Amino acid sequence: MSPHTLDHAAASEVFNRDEPRVDWHDETLWWVRQKRDRAAMQLPEWEALREAASQIKHHVLSNLDTLLENFERKAQENGITVHWAANAQEHNEIVWSLLHKKGIDRMIKSKSMLTEECHLNDFLRSKGIEVIDTDLGERIVQLRQEPPSHIVLPAIHLKKSDVGDTFHEHLGTEKGATDPQYLTEAARQHLRETFLTRRAALTGVNFAIAETGGFVVCTNEGNADMGAHLAEIHIASMGFEKIIPRADHLGVFLRLLTRSATGQPVTAYSSHFHRPRPGQEMHIVIVDNGRTTQLGRPDFRNSLKCIRCGACMNTCPVYRRSGGHSYHNAVAGPIGSILAPNLDMRKNADLPFASTLCGSCSNVCPVKIDIHDQLYKWRQVLAQEGYVGGIKKTSLQLASKVLASPTLFKLSFNAARTALRIAPWAANNPLNAWSIHRELPDAPKDSFRQWWEKNRK
Amino acid sequence: MSSSREIILQAIRANKPDLLPLPSVYTFESNYPDVLAQYQQTLQMIGGTVEVVPDLAKVAERLQEIYPDLTHIAITIPELAHLADANLAVSDPHELEAIQLAVIPGRYGVAENGAIWVTEQEMQHRALPFITQHLVLVIRAETIVPNMHEAYRRIQVDETGFGTFIAGPSKTADIEQSLVVGAHGARSLVVFIIA
Repeated sequence: MSPHTLDHAAASEVFNRDEPRVDWHDETLWWVRQKRDRAAMQLPEWEALREAASQIKHHVLSNLDTLLENFERKAQENGITVHWAANAQEHNEIVWSLLHKKGIDRMIKSKSMLTEECHLNDFLRSKGIEVIDTDLGERIVQLRQEPPSHIVLPAIHLKKSDVGDTFHEHLGTEKGATDPQYLTEAARQHLRETFLTRRAALTGVNFAIAETGGFVVCTNEGNADMGAHLAEIHIASMGFEKIIPRADHLGVFLRLLTRSATGQPVTAYSSHFHRPRPGQEMHIVIVDNGRTTQLGRPDFRNSLKCIRCGACMNTCPVYRRSGGHSYHNAVAGPIGSILAPNLDMRKNADLPFASTLCGSCSNVCPVKIDIHDQLYKWRQVLAQEGYVGGIKKTSLQLASKVLASPTLFKLSFNAARTALRIAPWAANNPLNAWSIHRELPDAPKDSFRQWWEKNRK
Repeated sequence: MSSSREIILQAIRANKPDLLPLPSVYTFESNYPDVLAQYQQTLQMIGGTVEVVPDLAKVAERLQEIYPDLTHIAITIPELAHLADANLAVSDPHELEAIQLAVIPGRYGVAENGAIWVTEQEMQHRALPFITQHLVLVIRAETIVPNMHEAYRRIQVDETGFGTFIAGPSKTADIEQSLVVGAHGARSLVVFIIA
């Protein structure tokens, strides 16, 4: 973490100061989770679909090199230029050089969490290139100079009055306006003008098909298509794990993706790009940026199966009550917390602890990633590598000594019970973070061991 | 110095797990008692309007009734071309900016999610179904399949350079999860099913 970034617990505390807002955030995401449940329950084969998706992704991870080479060859035959980027910097430079070559200094971009991960917008801005995000939620947070707080619902942390204020300031809507229909219309007008005047469009990639050398982009708004079909150069950025073997595997993934994400049966647009239109340039940038390292960690490689639906966030009791920004990572929530330590253990050591390990994330994951097990395993790795500091480390070391010795255990718990009876404030005080939202019950006079010794006859 | 391509592929080879097989079971059947009825119900649920008509003559009649005073109409169905007043013979898709209504044939409908597969062959311009203010898709009832597995069995995704499943009008819920129809793409979708 940079000195200016709060860790997850500290940022959550800030988020929790406005209690009605936290309740609203919690309930809104739970509502999305319930919509997911209703959509899933309509398909009797839901669990079999998850299993099929999981197995396809396992195969993909075990055969990535061949699939990527096949994809590259087919894509090139299709007239798409394929680039490879080892890291975020190289990705950003490739995008910049493509724009620079054509003398373009303004680009539009539909949703791509990869470009958030690579901090592409900041990089391009430093090169004098303007980037406008066209997904409504992303445009809202961009105008506010905030990162998205959710991978599918980027502005889920904001109320409509916040959006109204932002649009009043930047788009000239009426002061105090909060009607979503009116605000969306204002964004439509503003962005339509942008679509019509930008020569370059960047999109993400939901799925890339090795068999046919094409890729699929899913949106509800139609913004990826509006951008790509009007621009003279279309750049698609993909993490290499987005590859799937065959087109008919899309049946599995498109059935799962949006039902898991928002409870819709499918996105309004599932667009399959295979060749540039006449006169257009089409580029794909295949990005590693730490993915090969994650692939080499047997306990964590399954995180690369993720299709970015966001279901694990919507269901997570910690995410819902702490907000996406508290995760200080492009991808928040449970999945973000197992991806982020791979990118930077020191900076993200707090994230695997931002979980109750309840397992709900793993239960809703459409590709069956063992998310909560990985959160637990990251804790061990981070502790071994020396990234778990302070009170947590000291208290756990002490606990492990006490719990390993029956004599120490007996002595210390007798002492603790006595202390709690005489001076309960010693535990229930603001210095003990555990007791901030909890109260210890009254300590019994006897321990179970003492009770047993008296009563076992 | 090796290229990033080589470095990435080498690292993948070094780090990937042993080869795991693809699943043998990954397509499923959806047994709707009435596929046409299911399609209609799903499309309405996702914000589209659907009408079952006997033939294209009826489509022409209904278009004039639904959009009585509309101009800037683009149509890619030859039998309905007499109702169009917009010129699609342009090389720059930006010239489609003023289109109010586009009427395009779809190849397949999907009952489980209301989606319709349309390729650039039917659209003529990839931008057309997105840049138009309102969209009409016309499909034949016998092309409606129960689910996406069946759709992909019939589609060859790379037959043309671009194809898309369109499911309902453009929409967003990015402001407080309130559903608003008409984000950046078409504000409305009417599907005519010829049966």
